[in-house]
Amino acid sequence: MSLSVTLTINGDRKDVVLEDPRVTLLDLLRERLHLTGTKKGCDRGQCGACTVLVDGRRINACLALAASLDGAEVMTIEGLAVGGRLATVQSAFIEHDGFQCGFCTPGQIMSAVGLILEGDAGDDPDRVREGMSGNLCRCGAHAGIIEAVLDAQKRVAGEEGKAA
Amino acid sequence: MPDTIPFPSAQVRFGSSSGQPLTRRDGFLKVTGAATFAADNHPENLLHAVVAVSTIARGRVVSLDVEAAKAHPGVVEVITPANCPPLALDPDEKHGLFGFRFDALQNDRVRYAKQPIALVLAETLEAATEGTRLLAPVYETEPARIGFDNGEPYAPATVGVGGAPDFDRGDLAAGLAAAAHLVDTEYETPAQYHNAMEPHAIVAEWDGDTLTIDTPNQAIVLSRAAYAAFFGIPPENVYLRSPFLGGGFGSKAILAGPQILCIRAARMLQRPVKLALPRDQMFGPVGHRGATRQRLRLATDAEGRLTALEHHAVATTSSFDEFIEPAANASHNLYASPAISTRHGAVRVDTGTPGPMRAPGEASGSAALECALDEAAAAIGIDPLEMRLRNYAETDPATGRPFSAKALRECYAQGAERFGWAGRPLAPRQMTDDAGRLVGWGMGSALFPAPMFQAEARATLRADGTALVETAAADMGQGAWTALAQIAADSLGLDIEQVEFRSGTSDLPDGGVAGGSGHTATAGSALHNAGTDAIAKLAEIAVNDPASPLFGAGNAGVEAREGRLWHREDETRSEGYGDILARSGMESLEGSGTGGRDPADAEARAMFSHGAVFAEVKVDPDLGQVLVTRLVGAFAAGRIINPKLARSQLYGGMIWGLSFALHEEAIHDRRTGRPVNADLAGYHIPVHADIPAMEALLIDEDDRYVNVLGIKGVGEIGITGTVGAIANAIWHATGVRVRRYPIRIEDLIG
Ligand code: FES
Ligand code: FES
Repeated sequence: MSLSVTLTINGDRKDVVLEDPRVTLLDLLRERLHLTGTKKGCDRGQCGACTVLVDGRRINACLALAASLDGAEVMTIEGLAVGGRLATVQSAFIEHDGFQCGFCTPGQIMSAVGLILEGDAGDDPDRVREGMSGNLCRCGAHAGIIEAVLDAQKRVAGEEGKAA
Repeated sequence: MPDTIPFPSAQVRFGSSSGQPLTRRDGFLKVTGAATFAADNHPENLLHAVVAVSTIARGRVVSLDVEAAKAHPGVVEVITPANCPPLALDPDEKHGLFGFRFDALQNDRVRYAKQPIALVLAETLEAATEGTRLLAPVYETEPARIGFDNGEPYAPATVGVGGAPDFDRGDLAAGLAAAAHLVDTEYETPAQYHNAMEPHAIVAEWDGDTLTIDTPNQAIVLSRAAYAAFFGIPPENVYLRSPFLGGGFGSKAILAGPQILCIRAARMLQRPVKLALPRDQMFGPVGHRGATRQRLRLATDAEGRLTALEHHAVATTSSFDEFIEPAANASHNLYASPAISTRHGAVRVDTGTPGPMRAPGEASGSAALECALDEAAAAIGIDPLEMRLRNYAETDPATGRPFSAKALRECYAQGAERFGWAGRPLAPRQMTDDAGRLVGWGMGSALFPAPMFQAEARATLRADGTALVETAAADMGQGAWTALAQIAADSLGLDIEQVEFRSGTSDLPDGGVAGGSGHTATAGSALHNAGTDAIAKLAEIAVNDPASPLFGAGNAGVEAREGRLWHREDETRSEGYGDILARSGMESLEGSGTGGRDPADAEARAMFSHGAVFAEVKVDPDLGQVLVTRLVGAFAAGRIINPKLARSQLYGGMIWGLSFALHEEAIHDRRTGRPVNADLAGYHIPVHADIPAMEALLIDEDDRYVNVLGIKGVGEIGITGTVGAIANAIWHATGVRVRRYPIRIEDLIG
């Protein structure tokens, strides 16, 4: 049995034929579309390495069946930088050294983008920590990650303020 | 032969790169998802492999339903002991110091849970995964031996990597007899699993008798040879790529069964094969930290000075191989005592074989020693910091040798100052916060050896004035791509932007092992020496060329800076690298170097990084919930190449210490031998919300002996000291001394 779904991935419309209904969004991205920036750390929704945005909300791509996402807009780490220009969160991660090995990083960054979009944590470090707690980092780069998210949040808020 | 420009360590002229907090050179790749980890590769015609693992811990596989698995659409092959061709070397033999026995379907025996028992290959990951489920293994089960009291005790011949199990210095009996106070105490640490965020992965592809593998590896050139040996091909036939490791922590330095099986399958089927371990398989065949039971006796005089220090540790290992966590060795080099005696024992249990895991021995030993020392301080009634100062070792307690450099006193002073240690009440349960939580302060000393291994490097000056530097280093997050390039740039007198750094593949000069916190020192020295060699050769050309403004200066009469050679005594005389090469008709000029330690220095001095860690915890008096609210570490680790990266390493270590103290434990079911928490929901590591306000002070230390660059290591020391500091803070908050890690809520209530 094969299924076809249409997804918009990083702004590109993709008609995908799934030869197997068990394919997760994560494995669709990594193994079929070769968008390997999104990482698999557990395949169980326990680490956050696979975080992507679906219709503007962050989800664990390993827990979503691709077949259930017909019509969805998916944003992955590959879609953040536009024309080689890094998004605010990305440059903040570099400046604040928000990673070591970099394996959790795409998930941390997408989660941070989602968190800032949600707008609930604001500039409260404790709430940012709480809001980022679904993204594990084994290297222990937490301090830099939280600094980066807070800084990016501030810069994004500043830009919105200017625009308003 | 050109005489090389002498660069004794006291006179090394450092350029502008080293010491700078440069951002990571691989940062752009990592924040855009473009950094290629092993499992991101997808060659044409790829097959997916999934390992089927045992659900029993001891016995035999009687049958597998291979037909059912093969009948599943997409499944291409099932490899079991029945059809797995033998390897060129016996995986049940030990091969070399770092060689571990492993399971690669050589027979039907099961010796731990999560052991590979078959490999399923399919066109898709989904089909391969389903194939493993359809195998429905039937076992002949023997009772699992799990836990210290059910395993087989024995006396190990070596501990750690080739270390002696026992050590004695001074007269223990006399020291014990002379004591005014004696603390006799026992600590337990659990089995811990590395769990790098990137599970072990490999993509293997054969072309005739040559093999290309993408796999994260901490010892690229060494591993190339080992892989080659298992497949009976020369090392140069293996091309191993490991540009990025998603964490390693010791577990990616060692060859294990799954990777070998993937390579084997690729050869059998003549197609490229990808294997990425599911998270639960990280709890079996790829190493862990063995559990320990430690007994310490600390005898002191009336003022708290040690008269004897005895540390016995027993550690678990597997039924078929050995890595004994050398925990008791943590008592060798930190505190002065006229008598020191350490012993190691071992217990065989039915788990996979342990291996080195971030600060192997130092972490678990320090976790016990730092608490025992606080127990002694409390018994005598002196401040924990004062206790450590009274036992300050001016020379290495184990050997009597002088330290190459030791700024621990400054670490204590600056760490305590920063933390605000002064005024800490001696007795426990004296401080509360506004919310009524119990507040406690604790500390611990940190210590880690500064080893060096062997490495080689090449530096090539190019006609356009840039340079290429090469060594097969491994960047598992510590920042080798950046820090090593900084060292290389300085050795060449170039800006870092002018230096192209090639690393992470097995066709380059051997970059050594990313382990033991010795990689920057070792590979860095090799790069430094390669750079100075290239510059010396260039100087040789210039000073002998009548057309050069440097003619006649003599090799030692020039120095390299800003891409030019300069006359040491006459600043008006200089020449750019490109011009020198161009005039002599050379496209490029190559230098080479090795990294290693002068054996005479190694014998003459004791070489360690030191530190002091201070912790504040808050404990809910009713619920026993512990929150670490502040961690301040002060570390003296020789010369720091990049403070940004070094601080991150130290934080990482301190967070591992926090994890050790409060979170991590693998629990094996005593009946089945299975790890019951083999996932990241059950095997706890700290999340963002668990991370306290952190500081890591980098204390200046000028070490003239460790190596030409004065570099020690920062990768592992952060764990040591931190575990004890947190446990001691919990005691200070609650008055409860917990002697088993991780410290749990139930230890603190009732
Ligand atoms: S891979 Fe999806 S949460 Fe871990
Ligand atoms: S940077 Fe390595 S896991 Fe987070």
